[in-house]
Amino acid sequence: MIADWPLLSLVTFLPLVGAALILLTRGDADVVARNARYVALWTSLVTFAVSLLVWGNFDNREAGFQMVEQVDWIASGQIGYKVGVDGISVFFVLLSTLLTPICILSAWDAIKVRVKEYMIAFLVLETLMVGMFCALDILVFYIFFEAVLIPMFLIIGIWGGPRRVYAAFKFFLYTLAGSVLMLVAILTMYFQAGTTDIPTLMQIGLFGADLQTWLWLAFFASFAVKVPMWPVHTWLPDAHVEAPTAGSVILAGVLLKMGGYGFLRFSIPMFPLASAEFAPLVFALSVVAIIYTSLVALAQSDMKKMIAYSSVAHMGFVTIGAFTLTEQGIQGSIFQMLSHGVVSGALFLCVGVIYDRIHSREISDYGGLVSRMPRYALFFMLFMMASVGLPGTSGFVGEFLILMAAFEVSTWLAVLATTGVVLGATYMLWLYRRVIFGVLEKDNLKAILDLSPREIAIFAPLIVLVLWMGIYPAPFLDAMAASVEQLIANYQTALADAGVTVAER
Amino acid sequence: MLYAIVFLPLLGALIAGFFGRLLGDRGAQVVTCGFMLVSMVLGWIAFQDVALAGNARTVELFTWLSSGDLQASWALKFDTLTAVMVIVVTTVSAMVHVYSIGYMSHDHSIPRFMAYLSFFTFAMLMLVTADNLIQMFFGWEGVGVASYLLIGFWFHKPTANAAAIKAFLVNRVGDFGFALGIFGTFLLFDTIHLDTIFQMVASKQNVSISFLGGEFHALTVLCLLLFIGAMGKSAQLGLHTWLPDAMEGPTPVSALIHAATMVTAGVFMVARLSPMMEYSETALAVITIVGAATAFFAATIGMTQTDIKRVIAYSTCSQLGYMFFALGVSAYSAAIFHLMTHAFFKALLFLGAGSVIHAMSDEQDMRKMGGIYRKIPFTYAMMWIGSLALAGVPFFAGFYSKDMILEAAYAAQSNLGYFAFWMGIAAALMTAFYSWRLLIVTFHGSPRASAEVMSHVHESPLVMTIPLLVLAVGAVFAGWLGYNTFVGDGMDAFWGSAILVLEGHNTVKAAHHVPTWVKLLPIFVGIAGIALAYWIYMLRPGTADKIVAAFRPVCSFFLNKWYFDELYDWLFVRPALRLGRIFWKTGDGDIIDGYGPDGVSAAARFLAGRAAVLQSGYVYHYAFAMLIGVVVILSWYLIFHGG
Repeated sequence: MIADWPLLSLVTFLPLVGAALILLTRGDADVVARNARYVALWTSLVTFAVSLLVWGNFDNREAGFQMVEQVDWIASGQIGYKVGVDGISVFFVLLSTLLTPICILSAWDAIKVRVKEYMIAFLVLETLMVGMFCALDILVFYIFFEAVLIPMFLIIGIWGGPRRVYAAFKFFLYTLAGSVLMLVAILTMYFQAGTTDIPTLMQIGLFGADLQTWLWLAFFASFAVKVPMWPVHTWLPDAHVEAPTAGSVILAGVLLKMGGYGFLRFSIPMFPLASAEFAPLVFALSVVAIIYTSLVALAQSDMKKMIAYSSVAHMGFVTIGAFTLTEQGIQGSIFQMLSHGVVSGALFLCVGVIYDRIHSREISDYGGLVSRMPRYALFFMLFMMASVGLPGTSGFVGEFLILMAAFEVSTWLAVLATTGVVLGATYMLWLYRRVIFGVLEKDNLKAILDLSPREIAIFAPLIVLVLWMGIYPAPFLDAMAASVEQLIANYQTALADAGVTVAER
Repeated sequence: MLYAIVFLPLLGALIAGFFGRLLGDRGAQVVTCGFMLVSMVLGWIAFQDVALAGNARTVELFTWLSSGDLQASWALKFDTLTAVMVIVVTTVSAMVHVYSIGYMSHDHSIPRFMAYLSFFTFAMLMLVTADNLIQMFFGWEGVGVASYLLIGFWFHKPTANAAAIKAFLVNRVGDFGFALGIFGTFLLFDTIHLDTIFQMVASKQNVSISFLGGEFHALTVLCLLLFIGAMGKSAQLGLHTWLPDAMEGPTPVSALIHAATMVTAGVFMVARLSPMMEYSETALAVITIVGAATAFFAATIGMTQTDIKRVIAYSTCSQLGYMFFALGVSAYSAAIFHLMTHAFFKALLFLGAGSVIHAMSDEQDMRKMGGIYRKIPFTYAMMWIGSLALAGVPFFAGFYSKDMILEAAYAAQSNLGYFAFWMGIAAALMTAFYSWRLLIVTFHGSPRASAEVMSHVHESPLVMTIPLLVLAVGAVFAGWLGYNTFVGDGMDAFWGSAILVLEGHNTVKAAHHVPTWVKLLPIFVGIAGIALAYWIYMLRPGTADKIVAAFRPVCSFFLNKWYFDELYDWLFVRPALRLGRIFWKTGDGDIIDGYGPDGVSAAARFLAGRAAVLQSGYVYHYAFAMLIGVVVILSWYLIFHGG
């Protein structure tokens, strides 16, 4: 029954319905704002509930795509609207639908101007994100992938901080520059294969080795910016700093995952030979990212910037894991993305909480908050510990699996990447100490209030997730297992077919 | 029952932590202490069942990690080694919990403190009951966090915050090695389940592994990596710098975490992994050297410190060194035996010191004490018992275990063994010396505190003295009671399969047959150290200053802790910060953004400006440009197509 519903399309387009409703509201500004907030919240909550049904219907044993829906569009059997999820994508859909209501709730009081437009932007963004993770047609994927930029660009550019225009343009141009090359690659693939159907394109041996190299590089240009990998990461700190809190949450929580997801959905299955060839490049860039950005994070005086840099470092683990092409590595990579989505989102929310009160992101403007905000201190502590990868929190599982896989590939890689674990602890603990601990001396902090019930409601699901994913990650890992196994099996077959000897792992 | 031992402390921590405000201070204390005492009693019952009756077993809870070949469950493994650790942890922890009721009575956040203590105990129990390396790592990091929270418990003190972070980070450096060791183990064995590894280890003894470009004996690499983890947690030479600073935490914390339990986790880990360690002579040699060097090095510093807790902290560091070189010469049982006796007498010393500090209105500097032994006779007696045990005076606990270690080192009959033995003897002399220096300077002589402080000097309440008494019983009798079972005739039956010692490594057996002088020497140097301290500090006050003046460079070298902190600051901390700034400003700012987006946009603006100049509006400009274009196209056509 439920299985027959077009669940994925429902999840994808429900937010648009909400957006349309908000668009229709008229009247007094306050009333419109209030209506917009409630409609947005309820829409996103219902969407989340429906997305839970997707998980409920998901069959862990099935490696291929599930809940597939298909409608012919441009040319019959060649380009069409086709959606479906597998073990790699299903949790990203859930991550998007989970974070959206949280974002809307976090912007409840913080956004005071153009509330209606803001809520519409978020709902549209949700549609685009979910659509992108579900898309099984590469053209549809491309459209969603690019369209995501628009609401995000507006969110940063309209509701952002003082340098929002610079940041918004930097963000837009960086990501667009990469995607242009991807579009060229997609066209090439269409002319070569005669279809844009993703499952068809994943078939082994569709593209020759030379072509794979070029296609891989074109996709890489786009995904590397999104991840972001060193040295194309500099848009991220600026975008984060200027974005409103909810914008940062979505940016770090979901948008960064588009790159990592792209590698797993396109680069590795479609261009296995090139992936094998370029893996060392990815490793090198990732290791540099981990160490370099961790050190940079250490030098920051702006909280959001520090967390933004830490995101780059954490995503470095993701790319390492993906290209180890072992089961632990890829599962770890997906898991790390999910965990990072939750944890970094939560950390940005933590910054948002005090930013809403004091309107400063400078670390030196704080200190001793624990005396006035014990609850906040506790929550922040938990997320900080998850960020540094403490066992028992979600951050540990992904990082550990990735490093374990890295060790199999190269001990140098593992040793260098593991230093990131030490550095990560350094800047996070230092940040925490300067903000939370110490004596509360500054006058404007003396009356600061602890978390409100609304804020607790925002954090509660994230706390549950961080601990759940840390202590009992099996439901997540099990759902990924079949698809990841198949991905690796196909990769190895492709390499074997091409006569490349797979190194003994 | 096994569940209850481990999870009661967690439950206590959760209740006190989240409902502390509801329960009030008293409620939180009752809940945590109550649960902890129950856990202790059950721990002793489990010890009886598992270790003495030989019913070792493992109970699995549920799957934790499962990815491909990697399978790890949450499980509670109880064998003799675990059971010993469990009684040590639960007993000391229960005593510290009770003691804290009195010690922390003036504090504002008692429920938080009790919650942390209980959480620590839970993490420590998870560590010792792990049946796979990842769960051990969970406990390992868990105790690290608890230690971080407790050292920084007084968060308004900058020094406490700094010490907390330092402890966490130095431990992270150790964990770095531990984690790599786990990865390597998985690579070699395809599992991280301890028992499976131990079954396979003999078959892998000649395998080599490529590590950082070289080919090495696989087990040696793994054991050394894992040992780095142990060095961090157990504050061994090089990674010891956090331990003395950790004394910023409340004294009960020092007693529980930084003396009796957490710092011994490294010793436990090496003993637990004895089946792996045994196959690597190199790793054992390194462990011996590091342990012996630490025993000696920490003792030299201990002689010069003036903070009562820091003296004991360095003493802990030094005693851990003993345990490690015992491990290094394959005397695992002796190391664990010393771990147990040490837990009792060192916790006693710390809690005693806490009682002194409590009496002296939170003064920790020994130079500002003196002349108080009549006012706090019970504490004084307890400190005596602790010191007697520490110095290895016959028939106290330390005597049995420490002598066993020294004899085993001698019995190893190798150069390393002799090196460790003589280092240990030297450290034993210093141990006795600084113990009595501490006793005399703290309790005897003329009062050096202000009259105001002196008038407040009082014996601690019962809730603090009873735990001291319990620990004192352990410090007196633990050695005598345990000797036969742990390292004597009963040892084979007792340890069962918990510890593996290869043929030819059996130093503990051989230790019973060393020459008599080897057995007597530790006692002799112990008494000599005590006599020396008496002579210098009691009979001839002022001698100390003369000695310091005569050996100023050496003394200041010791006093400044061999300049390790300064070295690390110069070597790691500053360069990291400087690099961070350079990468940020120059790397990201000037190079990447400069040539990337900002450069491109500047260039685009520049070109656009130039292009705008071209559109001058004068017809002859355009005509001229067209002319050039025509010429270029025409020539191109003629050259390539015309001919």
